[in-house]
Amino acid sequence: MVATTQAVATVDLLRWMPLIPLLASLINMFFGARLGRKTAGGLACVAVLASFAIALYIFWLLPATGMFRDTVYTWIESGSFQVKLSFQVDALTAVMLLVVTGIGFLIHIYSLGYMDHDEGIVRFFVYLNLFIFFMLLLVMGDNLLVLFIGWEGVGLCSYLLIGFWYHDHANTIAGNKAFIVNRIGDFGFVLGLLLLVTELGRQGIWTLDFMELQQHVNLLSPERITLITLLLFVGAAGKSAQIPLFVWLPDAMAGPTPVSALIHAATMVTAGAYMTARLHFLFVLAPETLSLIATIGAATAFFAATVALTQTDIKRVLAYSTVSQLGYMFVAIGIGAFSAAIFHLFTHAFFKACLFLGSGSVIHALDGEQDMRKMGGLKAYLPTTYWTYVIATLAIAGAPFTAGFFSKDFILWQAYSSPRGSTELWFVGWLTAGLTAFYMFRQLFLVFHGECRADEHVKAHIHESPVVMTVPLVVLAAGSIFAGWLGAPEYLWGSLWDHWLQPIFGGAHEAAHGSPTDEINLTLLTLAIGGLGFLLAYFVYGRASKLPDRLASLAGGGPYRLLLHKYYIDEIYDVLIVRPFTYCSRWLAQVFDPGVIDGLVNAVARGARGFSLIWREVQTGNVQHYLAGFLAATLALLAYFLKQQ
Amino acid sequence: MAAFALGNLSLLLAIPVIGAMLLVLIPRQKSKAHFTCALLFTSLAFLWSLTILNQFDGAKGEMQLVERVPWMRFYGIEYLVGIDGISLFLVLLTTFLMPIAILASWSVKDKSKEYLFFMLILETGMLGAFVALDLFLFYVFWEVMLIPMYFLIGVWGGPRRIYAAVKFVLYTMAGSLLMLVAIIYLATRHAQLTQVLTFDLLQLYDLHLPFHEQAWLFLAFALSFAIKVPVFPFHTWLPDAHVEAPTAGSVILAAILLKLGTYGFVRFAIPLFPAAALAAAPVMIALAVVGIIYGALVAMMQADIKKLVAYSSVSHLGLVMLGLFVFNLQGVQGGIYQMLNHGLSTGALFLLVGMIYDRRHTRMIEDFGGLWKQLPVFSAVLLLVTFSSIGLPGLNGFVGEFLILLGAFAVTPGWTAAAATGMILSAIYMLWMFRRVIFGPLTNPENQKLKDLDRREILILAPVVALIIFMGVYPQPFLSRVKPSVDLTLKRVFAIQGMPTAVNNTAGGEAKNDGR
Amino acid sequence: MVPLDYYLILSAVIFAIGVIGVLVRRNLIVVLMSIELMLNAVNLTFIAFSRYLASMQGQVVVIFVMAVAAAEAVIGLAIVISVFRHRRTLDPQEMQLLKW
Repeated sequence: MVATTQAVATVDLLRWMPLIPLLASLINMFFGARLGRKTAGGLACVAVLASFAIALYIFWLLPATGMFRDTVYTWIESGSFQVKLSFQVDALTAVMLLVVTGIGFLIHIYSLGYMDHDEGIVRFFVYLNLFIFFMLLLVMGDNLLVLFIGWEGVGLCSYLLIGFWYHDHANTIAGNKAFIVNRIGDFGFVLGLLLLVTELGRQGIWTLDFMELQQHVNLLSPERITLITLLLFVGAAGKSAQIPLFVWLPDAMAGPTPVSALIHAATMVTAGAYMTARLHFLFVLAPETLSLIATIGAATAFFAATVALTQTDIKRVLAYSTVSQLGYMFVAIGIGAFSAAIFHLFTHAFFKACLFLGSGSVIHALDGEQDMRKMGGLKAYLPTTYWTYVIATLAIAGAPFTAGFFSKDFILWQAYSSPRGSTELWFVGWLTAGLTAFYMFRQLFLVFHGECRADEHVKAHIHESPVVMTVPLVVLAAGSIFAGWLGAPEYLWGSLWDHWLQPIFGGAHEAAHGSPTDEINLTLLTLAIGGLGFLLAYFVYGRASKLPDRLASLAGGGPYRLLLHKYYIDEIYDVLIVRPFTYCSRWLAQVFDPGVIDGLVNAVARGARGFSLIWREVQTGNVQHYLAGFLAATLALLAYFLKQQ
Repeated sequence: MAAFALGNLSLLLAIPVIGAMLLVLIPRQKSKAHFTCALLFTSLAFLWSLTILNQFDGAKGEMQLVERVPWMRFYGIEYLVGIDGISLFLVLLTTFLMPIAILASWSVKDKSKEYLFFMLILETGMLGAFVALDLFLFYVFWEVMLIPMYFLIGVWGGPRRIYAAVKFVLYTMAGSLLMLVAIIYLATRHAQLTQVLTFDLLQLYDLHLPFHEQAWLFLAFALSFAIKVPVFPFHTWLPDAHVEAPTAGSVILAAILLKLGTYGFVRFAIPLFPAAALAAAPVMIALAVVGIIYGALVAMMQADIKKLVAYSSVSHLGLVMLGLFVFNLQGVQGGIYQMLNHGLSTGALFLLVGMIYDRRHTRMIEDFGGLWKQLPVFSAVLLLVTFSSIGLPGLNGFVGEFLILLGAFAVTPGWTAAAATGMILSAIYMLWMFRRVIFGPLTNPENQKLKDLDRREILILAPVVALIIFMGVYPQPFLSRVKPSVDLTLKRVFAIQGMPTAVNNTAGGEAKNDGR
Repeated sequence: MVPLDYYLILSAVIFAIGVIGVLVRRNLIVVLMSIELMLNAVNLTFIAFSRYLASMQGQVVVIFVMAVAAAEAVIGLAIVISVFRHRRTLDPQEMQLLKW
């Protein structure tokens, strides 16, 4: 478990990658109104393009075993505890950088078209650039605290972008929910981080730096590592929408569609997976945590896929599909196949971004309509969108030689063959693959095939999206196929991917049992269930039939309603957590605080007042009474002193 | 002149008083001149405090710029002032916020002369309390600042101002009288043991009293400061005072006066009675954590924005108290940093609430909604301040919060975990408020006519916002100057006891005391 | 020579009459007169002791007291007149403003 020694070089260029989008964001924030919509949007795109160019250049410079660093300044120093604001790029970060800036750039371009009619377009690009800035901090930070700045920063941007159309309460409520649920995860994350720092600090090593952590990880006791990784995983589950903290992601679709593509599919939600991969040296030492992660990942993947079967909102289907695919990533992490997880993250970024942007194109064409029941037959109206959508759907469903095929099979194979894996894990993943194919093709058929069910006046305006929107779609569709070719299994032409990430996760892989023949057989099995899913979808939704209704009323409609209402999870949380919580809070605020605590204070005051009310009777105001008292007291004193003598 | 040359700190204390005297001379009708005069002198004080910052040697933990003039020789009472890393930034915070508070008082039309007079006197009182090193002098300043605040709330406040003002004064006074008794007792005991009657804090630090005496004295000091902070359950005067106080009063109250409570702990109660403080730590930590959670829960359900912010102060200051009572560098340093953060972000929140109140004459959350459309600049600033208050990394709140949690976690992980729920709770109540005020449809016709911030208001907010960001991005200039003094204070706490790892004894953890 | 005791008893009696007068009379002027009576009772004591101890100090004090008493009577009567002008009464029972 000794990391390959990495050659560290200092490259001052790194800091410009996040800084350029930040500067663009600031310029647009202060002068955007004066620059005009076009210029502001252009500036935002150029800034991300510049970051992308730097990322490419860095990627080209970077040897697989190397690492670039750029220390900007010391951020916090308190005694031996020191945190520097500093960036690092190694093989893992480089991949993330390309995803974030590359796909980020495409989505920026797309947004130029998508948000063209929106009056808040400048604000939109301010947020979007700010998001790129924070996301780059997240992936480039060379210590946990810089990562955490990015972590929270992307949460902020996500909050702002979900509630971007703030005049609608539902959007801002979704934004709040996203931020607060994420905060619950962050609570775990911070505690894990604190535990890690203090445990190592007790051994005299005060650091949050990934490289140093990796060197000193052996100082920690196994129980501590388990606890630390569990707490960190709470954070990851929050960010990456795993059970039980996934509830915010489907609601987050309230944001503009490019946001869903960028933040809630391609980049931010994968931060949890990235973080665990970044700290893989900790996680591999905690087998209990890993098996929990694998279980949760598998459960999330399956559970979200079942919900996606019945949703009618085009984006919600994709949202649950994202949750499900994130589940796959965590399955991979849970079995120690970090490279597979990052591979799936990488390919997923392409096809899911493509799907979201495609759905955005549909929504755009239908004037904001998101209900799939009011779509259909759009193939003829939106050819580019349709064909890119088909490719991306094939990719996510795992059709042969698409990106999803390679990455998903890689994970399933690892789940089956690696020592931490098991047949059960594989089985759940396999089943989910079938469900995925079914709900994705269901969506494809509902949206693009059959009769057009849109209202007449909407129908009249259906148009293919402008070039700024279709070009990103085409690029992403290409990525949805070819991105996977980097990580082909051994029985094909072998994986470039594993070679690239080898230096990072080197020891994390353990020898797999099982032969290439098994691998091919399993792949065929997966293809079979994927094909089954497709066929089912075709028979149910591809042709005009009564089957959907009949399926819905199966077993009295109970299972359908259960899925449609997402297992009533939101309602359960509401009853179990939110309501008792607000009730308790209301009781404290309205009864306990004014009644008991302030009541005691006021009771003291009233006591003093009552006491005085009694004794004020003595003050008659009559001088003669006072004098009488005076005399009496004098006499008493006199008597006392006389007696003393 | 040679006979009575004012030192740097004394001049700082004198500037507002001189301003107040001049103010008295200006005829009543010229209210513009009053404001100009007050603004001039508070700005002057701020500039002067910057020169003090310049002269301050950040590498030293000892008292600097000390001035010592005998006052009541017979009783050993001196005029003794000085400054160290702990008080330096609190002084700067005070002088920084005063011109802003004056600018924010532009809407005060009624008796503006007296109002400004009290503001200036209040500034001297607060500054004096921060720099006084003679216990008696400290007590004098402590009471001096009470009176102007009483009038600020009682004369220029809201409908229930008298109730609030009286409650504020009586509550604070009840605590401080006990402190006076303790001060006198302490000085007398010092005289008995060393034959020197003095109120000099630095000499009293070296007094080794037996534990039971320390305990009583600590109790008296702690009660006085706890009311000021306010520590749960002594907090109920705060919402009342905040709600009724005029904007500038709220700003000063939250940003500076409350800090005097926490400052009192770290300057007086803890180093004077280290054994008692260590023994009391578990209780104080418990109260602090309860305060964090309780304040946040109660804040959530408030209908009045000012009240919400007031309860959030209870929560935030609970965090500061937690940091101070874990007795390690990170905790105390973070606590002091958090005092500054809270001063800025809560000060800014009250300023913003005041601005919206000036326009709408209501502070009820339900009266607003959809303000972003009408007031984008206001909303953006409120957003930033909200997230500063929530503790978003990159803004000031996070640095202090993280250091406190880090320091506390090494000592008492359980309580720290409970305290860290404040992270979630603060997000809930602040975002909930923000959503209801700023987001949503702009339905209320009265809100549709609102004007965005004008130049004066932007001028008020800009420096605060700039500092909020700066302190989050680059806290080092602050932390490094605070550190030596905190080290010294901690050394005092542990050296007197002769038990360097006393943290273990207080909290039961096997944590090695770190960082030193 | 009359013994000291007689003077003391006499002055005590006069003092007591003065005290009772102050406490019970319902007219401020009489109250003032009773105060004068008390002062003079004290004066008498001083004189008696002065003689008895063959010291001039007592007589000095008496002259001092008489000066004070004169001033007091002047101010007191002035107050009484001003009070009377305002309230048309001199009954101390009617003047209870000290209560507030």
